[in-house]
Amino acid sequence: MEVDIKKITILGGYGRNGTKEQVDQVELRMGDLLSIVGPTGSGKTALINDIGLFANEDTPSRRRILINSAAPSEDFLDDPSKNPIALITQHTGFLSDMKVANFLDIHAKVRKNTNPDSVVADVLDFANQLTGEPIITESAMTELSGGQSRALLIADAVIIGNSPIILLDEIENAGINLTRALELLRKYEKIFIFVTHDPRITLSSDYRIVMKGGAMQDSITTSAEEKRIGDLVTHMDKIIVGLRDQIRSGERPVEKEFQAVMELVWLT
Amino acid sequence: MKLIMCAGPPTSGKTTVLRQVIRRLLKKGRRLAYLKVDVQYADEDELIRNEFGIPAKKIYSGELCPDHASVLVLGDAVKWAEKEGADLFVETAGLCLRCAPYIQGSLGFVVLEATSGMNLPRKIGAMLSLADIAVVTKIDLVSQAEREVFRANIMDAAPLDVVEVDALRGIGIDRLVRKIEQAQDIERPLMLKGSPPVATCTICAGKKDIGWEHHFGVLRTLDTDLFYRGE
Ligand SMILES: Nc1nc2c(ncn2[C@@H]2O[C@H](COP(=O)(O)OP(=O)(O)OP(=O)(O)O)[C@@H](O)[C@H]2O)c(=O)[nH]1
Ligand SMILES: Nc1ncnc2c1ncn2[C@@H]1O[C@H](COP(=O)(O)OP(=O)(O)OP(=O)(O)O)[C@@H](O)[C@H]1O
Ligand SMILES: [Mg+2]
Ligand SMILES: [Mg+2]
Ligand SMILES: [Zn+2]
Repeated sequence: MEVDIKKITILGGYGRNGTKEQVDQVELRMGDLLSIVGPTGSGKTALINDIGLFANEDTPSRRRILINSAAPSEDFLDDPSKNPIALITQHTGFLSDMKVANFLDIHAKVRKNTNPDSVVADVLDFANQLTGEPIITESAMTELSGGQSRALLIADAVIIGNSPIILLDEIENAGINLTRALELLRKYEKIFIFVTHDPRITLSSDYRIVMKGGAMQDSITTSAEEKRIGDLVTHMDKIIVGLRDQIRSGERPVEKEFQAVMELVWLT
Repeated sequence: MKLIMCAGPPTSGKTTVLRQVIRRLLKKGRRLAYLKVDVQYADEDELIRNEFGIPAKKIYSGELCPDHASVLVLGDAVKWAEKEGADLFVETAGLCLRCAPYIQGSLGFVVLEATSGMNLPRKIGAMLSLADIAVVTKIDLVSQAEREVFRANIMDAAPLDVVEVDALRGIGIDRLVRKIEQAQDIERPLMLKGSPPVATCTICAGKKDIGWEHHFGVLRTLDTDLFYRGE
């Protein structure tokens, strides 16, 4: 990555009905974790697409994106190896029938990743920590399940893209291990923007933007109290994930054991 | 005047891209005309005329390859647009894929769908390699990683400018408009950029002059049906 990314700015535009957005500027610094929340159809995906494509008053919202307080270089769009943003969309399917290894290999070259020998193995290693059934390098991309596709794209963005800014659209819906994904992602110093309906992600973010009618309605900093609630929710989630894994592997849950687990998790 | 040739496989998004481009150029005060060359069915002329009120025509190539048909009629079409004082946009169906309708000294772009499979750029030959710009549509339907690999496959097949767009929402179109605005005016004589691969008529045999007057065999003008000229 040639440009040293310090800051990304979203300059507000207009909502779907043409009125100016309530929030007229959002600034994100390296290491910040932002959530974008709001009801279905409120414009969350449109907002991160604006960011991912460096909107310059040329999208329906008329927003502008600045990188380090300046208009982004044309290179970001013309040369993927210079693009500081990786956007993981809501799509959970691939269209190309290339083999996984082949695809990752080409993408590593496109992104001018300097370590292409181990890069495919590294991506799979990362991705397979998030999936139930491991991804095999010899499978065709089109054979991957929704969760496997999403896990692969996240790993691709972090390891091949090595992108300083990562945008993720509703990763909770992909059937991947979300808690594990968040743990892995937080090891990296990046700007993360999550479009999400999940309170675990929202309440562990630094702040959140609330969308309505295609517009940024409000920007809320997460309070210490909210962060504590977030921790509680994460504990609750561990219980659910444990139960889910048990059922998924064909076991039958036992009430007494479940209650014991609940109490145990609750105490930690 | 400028002549802009737009080619690409069926339903790749040519009309959708052109509508976005035309809307923006009209706002900037340019006068435009539109011609669609298709094999047997097209409704774009009506659509464009109704939406923008600009002069618009279509021709059906029928038995001819659409790229051959466009060579024959473009001479007339350029005169028509000149009379209207307009730049001419030509949308061609480009079914044959091995021919290419691009004219020397005019801007040509090929429209490809991001959803069309990673090997497409390797399959379409002159339609891609003789273009000035490749416009990739439907980027809203694929992941960024796939979009980047698709772009790399295009550049591998032919080192062109690549512009990625979501033509439905008009995203990325401004960059294409800037390139069109920079295109030079046409210079006569109008000549085809490449030679079609199989020689069965004067065009196929490598005669690149634009306009039916320069050719023999089965011909047509902008406004007539096919006729035969020669021995
Ligand atoms: N999602 C999405 N759909 C698109 C995009 N561009 C075009 N489409 C859709 O693709 C379909 C075909 O688009 P057209 O513009 O008619 O394609 P064309 O190349 O002109 O087709 P022919 O002239 O019939 O060969 C339409 O349903 C468009 O709405 C895009 O960027 N994104
Ligand atoms: N500011 C805006 N101006 C015009 N159109 C907009 C704007 N914001 C969003 N839209 C359009 O509204 C539609 C719904 O928006 P979007 O897909 O972003 O919603 P979402 O919040 O991501 O919904 P979901 O939770 O279902 O994924 C899209 O077609 C989008 O292009
Ligand atoms: Mg969405
Ligand atoms: Mg069309
Ligand atoms: Zn042909």
